[in-house]
Amino acid sequence: MKKIFAVVIAVILLGVGSLMLVNGDKPKDKTVAILNVSYDPTREFYHEYNQYFIKSWKEKTGEDVEIRMSHGGAGKQARSVIDGLKADVVTLALAYDIDAISQITGKIPANWQERLADNSAPYTSTIVFLVRKGNPKNIKDWDDLAKDGVQVITPNPKTSGGARWNYLAAWGFAQEKWGDEAKTREFISKLYKNVPILDTGARGSTMTFVHRQMGDVLLAWENEAFLSINKLGADKFEIVVPSVSILAEPPVTVIDGVVDERGTRKVAEAYLKQLYTPEAQEMSAKHYYRPRSQEVMKKYEDRYPKIRLFTVDDTFGGWQKAQKTHFADGGVFDQLYNTR
Amino acid sequence: MQSLDINCSWNIRFFHWFLIFSALSFLAFFLFMPIALVFNLAFQEGISVYLSAITEPDAKAAIKLTLLVAVIAVPLNIVFGLAASWAITKFDFMGKSLLITLIDLPFSVSPVISGLIYILLFGANSVLAPVLKTYDIQIIFAVPGIVLATLFVTFPFVARQLIPLMQEQGIEEEEAAIALGANGFQTFFFVTLPNIKWALLYGVLLCNARAMGEFGAVSIVSGHIRGITSTVPLQVEILYNEYNFTAAFAVASLLAFLALITLCLKSFLEIKFSHEINVSNG
Amino acid sequence: MKTNQKILPGFSITLGFSVFYLCLIVIIPLAGLFLKSAGIGWDSFYQIVSAPRVLSAFKLSFGCAFIAAVINAFFGLLTAWVLVRYSFFGKRIVDALVDLPFAMPTAVAGIALTTLYAENGWIGEHLAAFGIKAAFNPLGIIIALTFVGLPFVVRTVQPILQDIDAEVEEAAASLGATRSQCFLKVVLPSITPALLTGFTLAFARGIGEYGSVIFIAGNIPMKSEIIPLLIAIKLEQFDYTGACAIALVMLLASFFLLFAINLIQRWHAARSM
Repeated sequence: MKKIFAVVIAVILLGVGSLMLVNGDKPKDKTVAILNVSYDPTREFYHEYNQYFIKSWKEKTGEDVEIRMSHGGAGKQARSVIDGLKADVVTLALAYDIDAISQITGKIPANWQERLADNSAPYTSTIVFLVRKGNPKNIKDWDDLAKDGVQVITPNPKTSGGARWNYLAAWGFAQEKWGDEAKTREFISKLYKNVPILDTGARGSTMTFVHRQMGDVLLAWENEAFLSINKLGADKFEIVVPSVSILAEPPVTVIDGVVDERGTRKVAEAYLKQLYTPEAQEMSAKHYYRPRSQEVMKKYEDRYPKIRLFTVDDTFGGWQKAQKTHFADGGVFDQLYNTR
Repeated sequence: MQSLDINCSWNIRFFHWFLIFSALSFLAFFLFMPIALVFNLAFQEGISVYLSAITEPDAKAAIKLTLLVAVIAVPLNIVFGLAASWAITKFDFMGKSLLITLIDLPFSVSPVISGLIYILLFGANSVLAPVLKTYDIQIIFAVPGIVLATLFVTFPFVARQLIPLMQEQGIEEEEAAIALGANGFQTFFFVTLPNIKWALLYGVLLCNARAMGEFGAVSIVSGHIRGITSTVPLQVEILYNEYNFTAAFAVASLLAFLALITLCLKSFLEIKFSHEINVSNG
Repeated sequence: MKTNQKILPGFSITLGFSVFYLCLIVIIPLAGLFLKSAGIGWDSFYQIVSAPRVLSAFKLSFGCAFIAAVINAFFGLLTAWVLVRYSFFGKRIVDALVDLPFAMPTAVAGIALTTLYAENGWIGEHLAAFGIKAAFNPLGIIIALTFVGLPFVVRTVQPILQDIDAEVEEAAASLGATRSQCFLKVVLPSITPALLTGFTLAFARGIGEYGSVIFIAGNIPMKSEIIPLLIAIKLEQFDYTGACAIALVMLLASFFLLFAINLIQRWHAARSM
């Protein structure tokens, strides 16, 4: 019995010791490391881009740099940064989340979006439909989604950034078509009545649609739709392009409060700036984002379906307003469910 | 513990098999099949894919972190569990039910909340934030935060396992030992501990399993930095979200294997202990 | 019983340490919740927690957790009984597998269960033939909660069953008690506290469970939206106070439930002495 007691004591000491070891490790780390906090669908793109940046930074400055990645739902990621996750740069799904970081922590100036070209969004995307092969429900455009007997898979706009783009795209379509708030609401309400499962994130919805084979149509980021087809079966799904959709601008920015404290401003800024170079733009095209660069865009023109795109700023008066009207507690989205 | 079926008639034996059958079919639906599925998915692309999935650097880092967290959290909770159940079952005092309830509480707290409370306590907008900043201590989004969250969710296991048993056993044996001149530690080690060893072992196994498998709470305080603050469950989520299903389930199956290893450990102890008990009795 | 306090040593040190550790790990962090929700005032607090969506989520979470705990109490007892009393092929492996719901990350459990019980899953397709939809509705939530709560009942009852001497039962049987009498009068009373504990823990865990449920629930507001998800939703809106308010109600509700059950248990224990 005494032996067991000794073992327990030894284990505790070991535990405490290793905890100290882990903590003590950090200051010894000499290579500059920056942390990029991002949302879910950018994994593949940044995986490739990071290699490219590390190499070119070494060529330019002779310094080694390590890039750490954190992925997750956009809202959750923004919250982690607000609560003290020391992100040098954030690359999130929508401007609202970065606004929130800026407002709550004050670590980013309010005009952050003007600091880089194109609204600080080096690549864009849009919302398209993914349907089952042969399009059995004959879904062509947004109004087909509200028809009886069509099941739509989309995540919960309250927990997923991508889902907010989905919702706003549908709203924008209806507003354009009917120009009438009551009709638009009715359309959106019908659409969401056709949603049998509200997953918490975009990738969760993709799984539900692809693996559980629930639903007839998945509302998805364009890049995610292409990725699903490539990774999960080109013979099973096809992409349907609606008549009009939203220009989704996933923005990037440096967190000033963090980079100044850690002394990583130079590398962090270069990291984001380099996203606009032709090489990086090519990479974003490779991962089915829409590059901002006209030349690169031209090169890959046939890969992107032509859709007329409206912006959040023009149609909804910016993210702050859209968030307040639609997604805040008691907003339009909540009303859809509370009144039925 | 031998069963009663020494002289059983046929219909009692039938009844036994009926009970075994019902228990196993329940377990089949709620336990075996989900687990079989995980293993099926983990090995669907063959053993080499499986091996490369679990030896990939990020996976290795995750395994290391998970083991570290368990090694810290489990012993602390064992010490607490022994102390608390001793106090609760051997003595009578005011507010005992309250104390037991408070010990139970972490079970009922949603993982979302168990993460959140540490963020409220140590986050950048908390009362403690300036202090932490002055001394440059990073608690959440670092290893200490993960350890704390794990401690919280596994807090009740050992104590909760021991309390019912020790209550049932009463205090006569300990009293006798004390009356015969043993001191407190001797009484505990030679009288109490042998009596509770199985419950203690179950408690430790459960505590360990949960410490390694906790997802929700850890996910909130970890920050999800690949290869640095990703535990095994978080690594599984990362892989799954990358449509890397085989690797995700391969890493997940590691945790299942771990449970099987603890089984071996348990059997080993069983044999060893029975030997030890025989010696001390003889 | 009071006199015993003098005989056995270690009361103040074990109790002191327990309370200290409890405060450090549980009470102080949870106090943060109170502080945060206290800041918003009674009116807005009431408004948040009495919203129809929140109420329906409360009903759903508590209801499903309760049903799952009842299922677990019954089948968990059966499992523990079978594991302790009978021997059959593969018993040791079954014994080991019982812990797995704890070791499996909840997300993996959720994914595995959804894969099985969705309409195109191994089990779901057979259920669908009978017109039963087992995933993406409250039934799915019950399935997930049954999975995560199972070890609690089995593992709390098992040591007690091991501890009851078969001799006592044999004695009862030799005195002419039938097997069912034997079980009801001899075995059940001694395992009731443990069974109740297991039930309580499974129930408590079920109320708060998040990871495994969100995959299989469907998450439709007013229908299959659980309380922890509502809290997560509030957090996604950076609404910490709202989240804390709901969390606090949840915490208090489960606290009183646990407290009541623990009181019943002590009363039961005192009576049977």
